[in-house]
Amino acid sequence: MATKAFQKIYTKISQVNKATCSLKATGVGYDELAMVNGKLAQVVKIAGDDVTLQVFEGTEGIPTNAEVVFLGKSPTLKVSEQLAGRFFNAFGDPIDGGPEIEGTEVEIGGPSVNPVRRKQPSELIATGIAGIDLNNTLVSGQKIPFFADPDQPFNQVMANVALRAETDKIILGGMGMTNDDYLYFKNVFSNAGALDRIISFVNTTENPPVERLLIPDMALTAAEYFAVEHNQKVLVLLTDMTSYADALAIVSNRMDQIPSKDSMPGSLYSDLAKIYEKAVQFPSGGSITIIAVTTLSGGDITHAVPDNTGYITEGQLFLRRDSDIGKVIVDPFRSLSRLKQLVSGKKTRKDHPQVMNAAVRLYADAANAKTKMENGFDLTNYDERTLAFAKDYANQLLAIDVNLNTTEMLDVTWGLFSKYFKPEEVNIKKEFVDQYWKK
Amino acid sequence: MATKGSVVGVIANMVTLTVDGPVAQNEICYISTGGDRLMAEVIKIVGTNVYVQVFESTRGLKVGAEAEFTGHMLEVTLGPGMLSKNYDGLQNDLDKMEGVFLKRGQYTYPLDKEAKWLFKPIVKVGDEVGPSAWLGEVEENHQPLKIMVPFQLTGTYKVKSIVSEGEYTIEDTVAVLTDKDGNDIPVNMIQKWPVKKAMTNYKEKPRPFRLLETGVRVIDTVNPIVEGGTGFIPGPFGTGKTVLQHAISKQAEADIVIIAACGERANEVVEIFTEFPELVDPHTGRKLMERTIIVANTSNMPVAAREASVYTAMTMAEFYRAQGLKVLLMADSTSRWAQALREMSNRMEELPGPDAFPMDISSIISNFYGRAGYVYLNNGATGSITFIGTVSPAGGNLKEPVTENTKKVARCFYALEQERADRKRYPAVNPIDSYSKYLEYPEFEQYITDRINGEWIGKVNELKTRLLRGKEIAEQINILGDDGVPVEYHVIFWKSELIDFVILQQDAFDEVDSVTPMERQEEIVNMVIDVCHTEFKFDNFVEVMDYFKKMINICKQMNYSKYKSEQYVEFGKQLQELLAERRAN
Repeated sequence: MATKAFQKIYTKISQVNKATCSLKATGVGYDELAMVNGKLAQVVKIAGDDVTLQVFEGTEGIPTNAEVVFLGKSPTLKVSEQLAGRFFNAFGDPIDGGPEIEGTEVEIGGPSVNPVRRKQPSELIATGIAGIDLNNTLVSGQKIPFFADPDQPFNQVMANVALRAETDKIILGGMGMTNDDYLYFKNVFSNAGALDRIISFVNTTENPPVERLLIPDMALTAAEYFAVEHNQKVLVLLTDMTSYADALAIVSNRMDQIPSKDSMPGSLYSDLAKIYEKAVQFPSGGSITIIAVTTLSGGDITHAVPDNTGYITEGQLFLRRDSDIGKVIVDPFRSLSRLKQLVSGKKTRKDHPQVMNAAVRLYADAANAKTKMENGFDLTNYDERTLAFAKDYANQLLAIDVNLNTTEMLDVTWGLFSKYFKPEEVNIKKEFVDQYWKK
Repeated sequence: MATKGSVVGVIANMVTLTVDGPVAQNEICYISTGGDRLMAEVIKIVGTNVYVQVFESTRGLKVGAEAEFTGHMLEVTLGPGMLSKNYDGLQNDLDKMEGVFLKRGQYTYPLDKEAKWLFKPIVKVGDEVGPSAWLGEVEENHQPLKIMVPFQLTGTYKVKSIVSEGEYTIEDTVAVLTDKDGNDIPVNMIQKWPVKKAMTNYKEKPRPFRLLETGVRVIDTVNPIVEGGTGFIPGPFGTGKTVLQHAISKQAEADIVIIAACGERANEVVEIFTEFPELVDPHTGRKLMERTIIVANTSNMPVAAREASVYTAMTMAEFYRAQGLKVLLMADSTSRWAQALREMSNRMEELPGPDAFPMDISSIISNFYGRAGYVYLNNGATGSITFIGTVSPAGGNLKEPVTENTKKVARCFYALEQERADRKRYPAVNPIDSYSKYLEYPEFEQYITDRINGEWIGKVNELKTRLLRGKEIAEQINILGDDGVPVEYHVIFWKSELIDFVILQQDAFDEVDSVTPMERQEEIVNMVIDVCHTEFKFDNFVEVMDYFKKMINICKQMNYSKYKSEQYVEFGKQLQELLAERRAN
């Protein structure tokens, strides 16, 4: 983003702190970009002729006589089909050594879709993982995060989901990603031969944290281009949204705003909603589906970031290590896909919703039986059967290494029902029991 | 001359203006920038500096941009033509907007100026009328709507002329009134009202008492809400707040349903757009959309308009109540509204109250709930606004300011619980913590005695007591083990499980089970109470469990069967046979 000729250059900065600097300037628009000694900055406050700029790279080394040039526009991204297969930084500049993108320049963080112009999501996204497809079916146009502790293999699961899902484009927005994870995604995608449908915007832990604030808008602007202009199905992966929220907290703190819960800004809900609500099914066939990662600290979902996220997204997926089978499973209790009823039993076999609920209920009975066992009480015959069922259910269905289609998943579940239970113990509508109970 | 101003400061959607004339708190102004006109509301005045909250994105707004004040507060336009419309929080008709994306500065007229309505006069020339009196009637979507004397007028007027029955547009003059001084006031079908001011155009607001049937058993039977009542549904995410709210708005026996989607997911609104035009109102047989208005200010739409949206919806509800209609207003979620207040208060650098919410959050919430109610209008007719709000407590903690302040004013409390949701016991309304204060109203007791019978409230209380007892025993069993308690304890526990599975739990996605009419609820309650009063003989607790699981299964199959169908009767027989097996008395 070079400066152009005949632009007014300001050279008198009145105030500098860790993230922002202020100066006297006129004719400046809100949200406008500026260059401060070659560093990109954005207008965050105007009071008379006092203008406050948020410097993305941080204000290290900015002198009071720094050269400030206003660019007369908000952050933009050049969009065209050339984006496909490329890697960019938070400013939308290529980091893969390739040429600059030619295309239409559009402002990022653009307007919202008119709700009446949306279509109800109705297409199933199959991932082969039963913990997702059977219990928490994903739908195109949905937004759903993984709630995971930092040591859990969420990036691997997400990469798997991305590659197995039938989508036209996969857009990766990496925020505060370690360089190793970035290279992991790059390798997995190129080994799968999928690189030409991947676009990545990456801010690694080596980059300044405030830059991360641009990543989701960059990724989603690219997504909107492919979904609107080319009617494509776009899957956007955002990892990790907790790093994004941390950057928001840093900026609001530097601007002396009163923090609300967990030192997060009071506007956290709206800030996150603006991103997640870009997930949409357009009537023309294009769609944007968002799968994100929100890392938890010590599994605490009442922290402001996962809590606000849960209210915005259409469900959440929890990973948990099941010590009985020694594998990571998709936790059926805490996970939820709010849109599943739009497809389950409609795009999948009719018995799907009831089978899913019955299996989870029996799995809950097994959890109770386990507590009883741990407390040293005698188990009933039913308790023992639920425990045996739970082990098979976790191994054959909940584990993240499963790869089946939904009909196979249902058949496996019916098999387990009839192996361990009597029909009256599973509480399913009679017509389904008559049809599918394995005699 | 209208007051003018110019921009001197911008922080996100809070803009500071200097003005050249008088300005009122909450007055609306329009700021011009880059060819767009941005609507804004005055929230603070300091000398000639006026702070406004802009209802749109302020991107690119510069110092010096001009603003023009309108002289009125944020108001809505009311009249025939609002039913089945989709509005944003400022009452713009979303369907009239161009393009896929919302364009900044695009405002659309909420009513239809071309449409003709068949007007039937109610008053005659020479009649004396006061504000809000009914002058005539039009019909919209089979709903009789009243054309009223403008709400803002005061005193009494004489009808000078009234048009005869015929077709008129909303802008045509349908009546002329004369005031005491002989001035003529022409009246058309359009009313305007500032949203933040409660309409008090009724004679009396008694305690509400008539049951509002929702078809949801855990509400109607266990914690009933009444016409003109207030209720709220708090719950952590994922506990089924929205599903429960949608079920109520689909099934409730109301004339008009207004849904304020306040700061929630856009796809939830889309679900209503998509499903309501197809679904049938169980009470009238007409399409649900015909009686529904949606005020959608989803979470990605501007924050300031989110605050306005709940007021917009409430004012519309008051408009229909003044016409003698039964209105149900649902707001999802009032926490997002409170958060919008918090964001603005924060930008204005006000001293924060608990959890950084503004200090007056408590009075704001209670004033809003106070606008609901059952009323006798000046002409003796009745009307009601039943208000149910959801609350999204941060971290599921019910001790946060919005939940606590709502609890002080709402009379019904439907506490959604994570544990029940985890165990897929839907609707996840906690049977012990939830309550309906209306059960204690003598007016309600009288009403329900007339409608069902005098034993009803006693039965409901018995169910509640049994649920509590069941919970206590479950805790004892957890501590002492199955063998550690007498077999009779297991029987009591399983009787409470029967109440839970058969009455409380309900499948919102099953065609039959999702709606239970009151008559059927009565039958279920009687059936369950009968079982509870039956003495059984068991040798050990395993027998108890197996037996009651069988019973629950049969009762659930009954709930899934069409009422009084062959299948239903057959399961009823099976239940009786099963009871005979173990009956001790």
